[in-house]
Amino acid sequence: MTNTLHRYGSPESLRDDYIVFAISTKANAEGCVPKLRAFLEIAQKHGPVSLGNAKKGGFHRPSPHLTPLVHWRRDGGLTAAEVIAGVDAPTVVCAVFEDLDRVRAFLAELRERDLGLSVNISGLTEEARRAAAAAGLVRHSVEFSLGFCLGQTDRMPDRRTLELATMCGHGMVSFGLVEKLVLLVKEGRRTPAEAGRCLARFCSCGVFNLARAERLLEAARAGR
Amino acid sequence: MRIDPRKCVACGNCVAVCPMGAIAIDPVSHRAVVDEDECVECYTCYRGMSREHLNPAVVRAIRRIARLVRFRFDPEPDVCPTSAFTETELHWPRTVRRAFSDPIVPHESTGVAGRGTEEVKTNDVTGRVRRGEAGFTVEFGRPGIGARFRDIDRVTRALAAAGAHFEQANPVTSLMSDPAAGRIRDDILGEKVLSAIVELKTRMDRVPEILRALRAIAGEVETVICLGVSARCDAGGDTELAEVLRAEGFTFWRGKTNLGLGRPLWGDAA
Repeated sequence: MTNTLHRYGSPESLRDDYIVFAISTKANAEGCVPKLRAFLEIAQKHGPVSLGNAKKGGFHRPSPHLTPLVHWRRDGGLTAAEVIAGVDAPTVVCAVFEDLDRVRAFLAELRERDLGLSVNISGLTEEARRAAAAAGLVRHSVEFSLGFCLGQTDRMPDRRTLELATMCGHGMVSFGLVEKLVLLVKEGRRTPAEAGRCLARFCSCGVFNLARAERLLEAARAGR
Repeated sequence: MRIDPRKCVACGNCVAVCPMGAIAIDPVSHRAVVDEDECVECYTCYRGMSREHLNPAVVRAIRRIARLVRFRFDPEPDVCPTSAFTETELHWPRTVRRAFSDPIVPHESTGVAGRGTEEVKTNDVTGRVRRGEAGFTVEFGRPGIGARFRDIDRVTRALAAAGAHFEQANPVTSLMSDPAAGRIRDDILGEKVLSAIVELKTRMDRVPEILRALRAIAGEVETVICLGVSARCDAGGDTELAEVLRAEGFTFWRGKTNLGLGRPLWGDAA
């Protein structure tokens, strides 16, 4: 199951963060695997930042068999075809977009294909609603995120750390790792892209938005 | 989770990786150790870190020399160079830690990997939240704090007193000894998890009461709570829920939008 409801950030910070995901349920699980793959194949045509499978991950995954010699070529990650081929059982699949125009085009094609899976957009709700309307869709249901609003909120770290860490909704991207990588980027020891990929490897379902992460890490480097 | 002291070279990479901050280098043994009481068995270290299989003695020797000459080398931050993490067999009640913390493990009570259910993600097919109703997801522990079941129990009892009915097919509900009273079984109250999601449904007009009950009890828990509130939209895609939430003082701009593409559609489709 993906977990994308609560991502920290102002509307401006979240302007390039839309996750479109497909999910089957008991009533339509039978025969859903080809449909889940079709969802990802359609998404791929519209230029997503990432594709993900809740059971296996996204483009960037950890390796249990690294050697020192592969450090210099570990940045490529999986291809879209490999992620799609890896869907072999009912799961939740997702496509992460940084551009709302691409989301609109993707939704229009999804509507046309009528796969029969439940499709949700996780992102700014009014933008998502308008994107759906542009594709001829009316939202069926909505879940509003009221955020991390109750309890000991003073135990949470700074804004930048929260923006980056909460892009893995399962909490696999730790505050400590984010803080370490922000520092490495500031010291010039890692580029924002390298640091983003490092964080993305911890996201076990592929919903981590690498494009937004790079933007946020670059802003951190520049002291913004 | 355990770190094999024969393999650990105290590189410290796993210290930053642990979402609960449960790993530290022991100053006496010079090995990384896991604080078992704080560890939630999320497997972020074991599965999320890439693994090399270098000889520990060689790595320690290189590190000693580098330290001697104050040489700062630049290891990959997400790698365990000697594959030192070792799974430990979990027994009840510690098994609940992994069930709620490792998103890859399906929960026994739901068969769904993760901490919650499908919520309104499949509402177009299941009709779980109907017109005139609101669904709540009350999540404890995230981001990065973790939660003990004794805190969750405090809140679920307060919610039950406010008239909440908990979603039956939810992992937390499955661990309640008395769901009507919101009471969680005693033997897991001390267990810590990365996050847990309580789900409930109510009539739309009762949303303010639930929110006020949550606000009243939230000051008594030692964790963070995040809230999601959902509704079935009308034929125009509108819902009164947004106004209800604003009237209670909440501001929000993000969420999940179900597009109604699931088939077969639930019977109330316009």
